[in-house]
Amino acid sequence: MAYIIRRIILFVVTMAIVSFITFAVFQILPGDPIRTMLGTEADEVQVETLRKELGLDQPLYVQYFDWAKGLVTGDLGESIRFSMPVKELLMDRLPVTISLAVITLLIVIIVAIPLGIFVAKRQNKMSDVVFSSITQVGMAIPSFWLGMLLILYLGMNFSFFSISGYVPWTESIAGALGAILLPALTIAIPQIAVKFRYVRNAILEQLRLDYVRTIRSKGITEKFVMYKHVLRNSMIPILTIFGLITAEVVAGTIIVEQVFALPGIGQLLITSIGYRDFPLVQGIVMYITFAVVFINFLVDILYSVLDPRIRLN
Amino acid sequence: MKTLMGNAKNINLIIGLLILISFLLLMIVSFFYTPHDVTAMNVANKLKGPNSENWFGTDEFGRDIFSRIMKGTQTAFFVGTLTVTIGVVFGTLIGGIAGYVGGWIDEVFMRIMDALMAFPGIILALMLVAVFGSGIVNTSIALGLIAIPSIARIARSGFVQHKEYEYVLSAKLIGVKPFKIMFRHILPNVSSPLIVAASVSFGVAMLAEAALSYLGLGVKPPDPSWGRMLKDSQAFLKSAPWYTYAPGIAITFMVLGFYMLSNAIRDILDPRSN
Repeated sequence: MAYIIRRIILFVVTMAIVSFITFAVFQILPGDPIRTMLGTEADEVQVETLRKELGLDQPLYVQYFDWAKGLVTGDLGESIRFSMPVKELLMDRLPVTISLAVITLLIVIIVAIPLGIFVAKRQNKMSDVVFSSITQVGMAIPSFWLGMLLILYLGMNFSFFSISGYVPWTESIAGALGAILLPALTIAIPQIAVKFRYVRNAILEQLRLDYVRTIRSKGITEKFVMYKHVLRNSMIPILTIFGLITAEVVAGTIIVEQVFALPGIGQLLITSIGYRDFPLVQGIVMYITFAVVFINFLVDILYSVLDPRIRLN
Repeated sequence: MKTLMGNAKNINLIIGLLILISFLLLMIVSFFYTPHDVTAMNVANKLKGPNSENWFGTDEFGRDIFSRIMKGTQTAFFVGTLTVTIGVVFGTLIGGIAGYVGGWIDEVFMRIMDALMAFPGIILALMLVAVFGSGIVNTSIALGLIAIPSIARIARSGFVQHKEYEYVLSAKLIGVKPFKIMFRHILPNVSSPLIVAASVSFGVAMLAEAALSYLGLGVKPPDPSWGRMLKDSQAFLKSAPWYTYAPGIAITFMVLGFYMLSNAIRDILDPRSN
């Protein structure tokens, strides 16, 4: 319990500093945001009225606390460009980004874990060199270029895939899959190339332990050793890796949505930077960072439930 | 097993250095000479496939892709160098002070570093670029700021460990100034992991620059950027696939070179890490 309370405090402190940084960065902006919003023709009275209305005449710390209070209650402010609450804009785009992230995670889990097991069983010089090269290339290739290659080789040759735009699941499941699959593969492939080795290492670590030797000496089949004992015990480190992957997948959606013209949160972020719609940028930054920090927090908690030793540290 | 590690290390070192030296030479040459003018447009010659005149083909304005790849090495190395310099200088300073001084300074510095690392890297980069504006220098500064926290963490753990060692205690005893102890005595002893991190950061910075430029928020014309070449090539994927190959392969190899080098350096400086 003490461990969980400590994690919660750490989570709150982290988010408080994150919100402070996000707020502070936008104070560096040159120019008066009010004049930018109203254009050059606005007179002094209009400027001052709007300034009061938005609370920008208050001292900075008051502005920060107002903004932070909004964050806590779920009010992320209002977009300048759309004249709509940031929250509504986010909710509109959320299904796209979540579909992409979930399908990506599924692909990574379905491929990386079996691949890790497969590789752990066949450990030798050649395979070690080959697999570590695959990992390095997977880390070095830019994800957006990989996306373009997938468009070139798969998207343009198979009509099942759509290479641009999004189809809601409620409209057509095949259509939605066709639109999501290539972007999901784009994020998943480098993740698989890096993470299957973590799975392999977690399994190899278990295989070295005494209990494996004991159950083997009892004459239990190798399959049983692997799936009944080793895999179960390797799940704890593997789980941590997947916490990490979730964070990276969320970050990955931002660029990949651009490659495939998916109208998700990432695309909203990029266009709002282009339009200098800073309340929207601020809101999206806070929202995505919150999601990532929260996922890591959940993984920490789950980790300590699965492995009580963690709590004593 | 031992010989295997030896081989893998040498492979990383040899291939990594080979790649990086090639790019470095390409960059040096590009200051004096490129086969074609990198900005000269010739619409009659647009989107030509690779041939003896244009080795990697031409782009939508008829510009020579190989020459532009050469010029792009300047941008890649500039961004990489500035980013890593900012990251290493400030990261070492912050991590070193936090680790050596300890107490509440340590706590405050490291909580801020943790919070900075809580942002997904690309989000922080986009936010900074949104505020500072794009362009080659602003991009490098933004990426440099992002590189600081991880380097600070590495530096801190080294300083925390070494400040208890006898050579530091004796230096203190004879009245050496703290600043000198930190950077003349301790720093050289904790530099190995920092060198490895710096080498990785080079690769990470180049990838991030390419991504930002692809999004149209990184390096601006006339500075050539491989990331922006990729963005431009996307409209011609089907009609001119070679246009996308050259910059994509260039980025991948450059980043790969730094990753391989960092692996090799780690194995050489710290054989125990295996």
